[in-house]
Amino acid sequence: MELTSQSTGMAMLKEKFEIEIESSNDIVIALAGNPNTGKSTVFNSLTGLNQHTGNWPGKTVTNAQGKYIHKEKQYILVDLPGTYSLLASSMEEEIARDFICFGEPHTTVVVTDATSLERNLNLVLQILEITDKVVVCVNLMDEARRKNITINLQRLEKILGVPVVGTVARSGEGLKELKDTIEKVACGEIETNPKKVIYGEKLENAIKEIQSYVENLIGNKFNSRWMSLRLIDRDNKLLKSMNDYLDFDLSKDKVLNKKLESINADFEKENFKLGDLKDHIVSSIIETGENISKEIVIFENKNHNAIDRKIDSVLTSKIFGIPIMIALLGLVFWITIEGANAPSDLLAKVLFWLEVKLSHAFKFLGVPNWFHNMLVLGVYRTLAWVISVMLPPMAIFFPLFTLLEDLGYLPRIAFNLDYYFKKAGAHGKQALTMCMGFGCNAAGIISCRIIDSPRERLIAMITNNFVPCNGRFPILISLASIFIVSSTGIFRSLTATLSVLTSIVLGVVITLFISKLLSRTILKGLPSSFTLELPPYRKPQVGRIIVRSIFDRTLFVLVRAIMVAAPAGLIIWGMANTIIGDASLLTHCAQFLNPFAQLLGMDGYILMAFILGLPANEIVIPILIMSYMSKGSMLELDSLAEMKQLFISNGWTWLTAICTMLFTLNHWPCGTTLLTIRKETQSWKWTLISFLIPTITGIIVCFIVAQSVRLFG
Amino acid sequence: MNENLLTLNQLPIGSIGKVKQLTLDGIIRRRMLDLGLIHNTNIKSLGKSPFGDPIAYEIRGATIALRSEEASKILVELIQQKE
Repeated sequence: MELTSQSTGMAMLKEKFEIEIESSNDIVIALAGNPNTGKSTVFNSLTGLNQHTGNWPGKTVTNAQGKYIHKEKQYILVDLPGTYSLLASSMEEEIARDFICFGEPHTTVVVTDATSLERNLNLVLQILEITDKVVVCVNLMDEARRKNITINLQRLEKILGVPVVGTVARSGEGLKELKDTIEKVACGEIETNPKKVIYGEKLENAIKEIQSYVENLIGNKFNSRWMSLRLIDRDNKLLKSMNDYLDFDLSKDKVLNKKLESINADFEKENFKLGDLKDHIVSSIIETGENISKEIVIFENKNHNAIDRKIDSVLTSKIFGIPIMIALLGLVFWITIEGANAPSDLLAKVLFWLEVKLSHAFKFLGVPNWFHNMLVLGVYRTLAWVISVMLPPMAIFFPLFTLLEDLGYLPRIAFNLDYYFKKAGAHGKQALTMCMGFGCNAAGIISCRIIDSPRERLIAMITNNFVPCNGRFPILISLASIFIVSSTGIFRSLTATLSVLTSIVLGVVITLFISKLLSRTILKGLPSSFTLELPPYRKPQVGRIIVRSIFDRTLFVLVRAIMVAAPAGLIIWGMANTIIGDASLLTHCAQFLNPFAQLLGMDGYILMAFILGLPANEIVIPILIMSYMSKGSMLELDSLAEMKQLFISNGWTWLTAICTMLFTLNHWPCGTTLLTIRKETQSWKWTLISFLIPTITGIIVCFIVAQSVRLFG
Repeated sequence: MNENLLTLNQLPIGSIGKVKQLTLDGIIRRRMLDLGLIHNTNIKSLGKSPFGDPIAYEIRGATIALRSEEASKILVELIQQKE
């Protein structure tokens, strides 16, 4: 049995790894590295906006791809998940290892953090065992300089035997050199001679025993020394991947098995167990990294992390930790609410002024009345509402939130709250996935991949919807602003902020409660182990934050909302104008839903707006406004005050507003989120459960609130 | 168990311990090793989270938070009291 080369190469990259190769001259580059090393910044700086990120940017949990042209050749950059190791104890490590090993990229760039090089060397050394085609990028050189850490890059290059380039990705420093070096390694102009970890006599002898046999089996496709080591370490995951990608099953090779068994027997004799072997392998790599680091890194200031420790001692302190966290979140919402007011009103005025002009134009052209009504009053008006209500808060919220992310604050939230997540039987990183859910629940669901344990990942997915996403904030904000608050000016936005903050705290409490319930019932189990890195605080890159949060997040969400809102506007217009008997189809439906909705403190139109809003929550309020307006009570609507009038004339009270807000927080996830859950879990059952749990929670909560207020109030 | 050893979560905040033994198995053990927690590694206890658990530690220049479940299975020797 021998490995043929047919099944490898470009075809493999295209089919198994879904790399978008355009021509056989394309050069494929893998980007590996520890989390928090600025790997994504390197990726973004190299590819510019020319990238295809299938997932939410910021947290690389799946392969993101980008392209750049250098000296007339096209480079395809594949961003691998950030990992500390490749010994495949997690899904991310397996993805990264498999791509480097079986994807056979032309070059692998390992991005490392100059301020904690020792730890990063663990991954570098492991990658050097697999492939010769490596460039080491020592990023965050500016942070290292600021902390008075000196790194001898030339010496490092000599020791590692592969090119080393120092960079400051966010300012672009060193990126040209990086591109040049990648080119030279990819086309073989630079010959490398990677440093190999030496494992001590016993293991080295064992490797020698099988290496030449293994080399005969796998040819020169893979590093035979590394493969031998993995075989001795009984790395069955690697063999499985090999079988999956190359259709080549090493575990069936009888001679090899015999050799491995005899090695095991020798180890046994010397009382060297498989567990000891694993310890020995990891320790050797770590020690090698430690020794290299001693030779090349000089810490001129022993307390280079003192400022970080001081900040942490406040932000995660027993007394201030939680209050500061809530205050920061409150500040973000207050700025969003206060800042979005004026532009929202302005946008509404402009868009509705345009509506009038459009109507004139339609009349002038002699377009039939029903066609005008359908397009202008149906489609255009819904779009105008979605844009004017959503765009300003998003354009403020996303950059602010990205700022917190960039500063390194989000892991501190996870650290502060972990105690309760543990009590709930959930994973500590669930807090991070919830943070992602603030932007978009579908993104939150994808980010659940950072949780290894399948049980805890499911809990995080099912409960992610209890965090209100950006499509639901405008509902909460506008209802809070017009119903709960009667005062004007600055107090109005302060109280509105408080209401939204209360909803979020409530969302977190419900998340913990449901997580606990799930871990006691259908997802029984104990919390698995986890380690959480608290990365150094970093100077945020304001310009980059604004560009990325506007392009990647705001526009992405807005475009999605518009795509859904246009057809939804058409449908709702159709329903409002299809008259059956004495009322429109819309009214019939609302009347049908009304008795049930009343039990929950809402009315039939509200519940119907939520149902029709299944594709995207952003359109719930526009649908509601259209439904009410189609009853003929009002024609123009360009401010919150008029919206309040419209709602009040349709029987709204503060209780209606509270129940609608509660139902906004607790109801089925939007269509995109459900499809994402289906894709991530590969199961309709869990998708259904993710649909039912928040829905039932919402029904129960609204019912209790509405009935008790009616009973006592 | 050696009497001079204490579990990592017992290590007083601000003091430094030397890793002597891991009583963990499987993937968790490997993950801890991957963090650099091998024999004789120095580890400093940095601070507790608001509710006392997890605790943040300095391991080979990085700040890592561990829950008491894991930290209680890492045995260290106290080598430097809080400054």
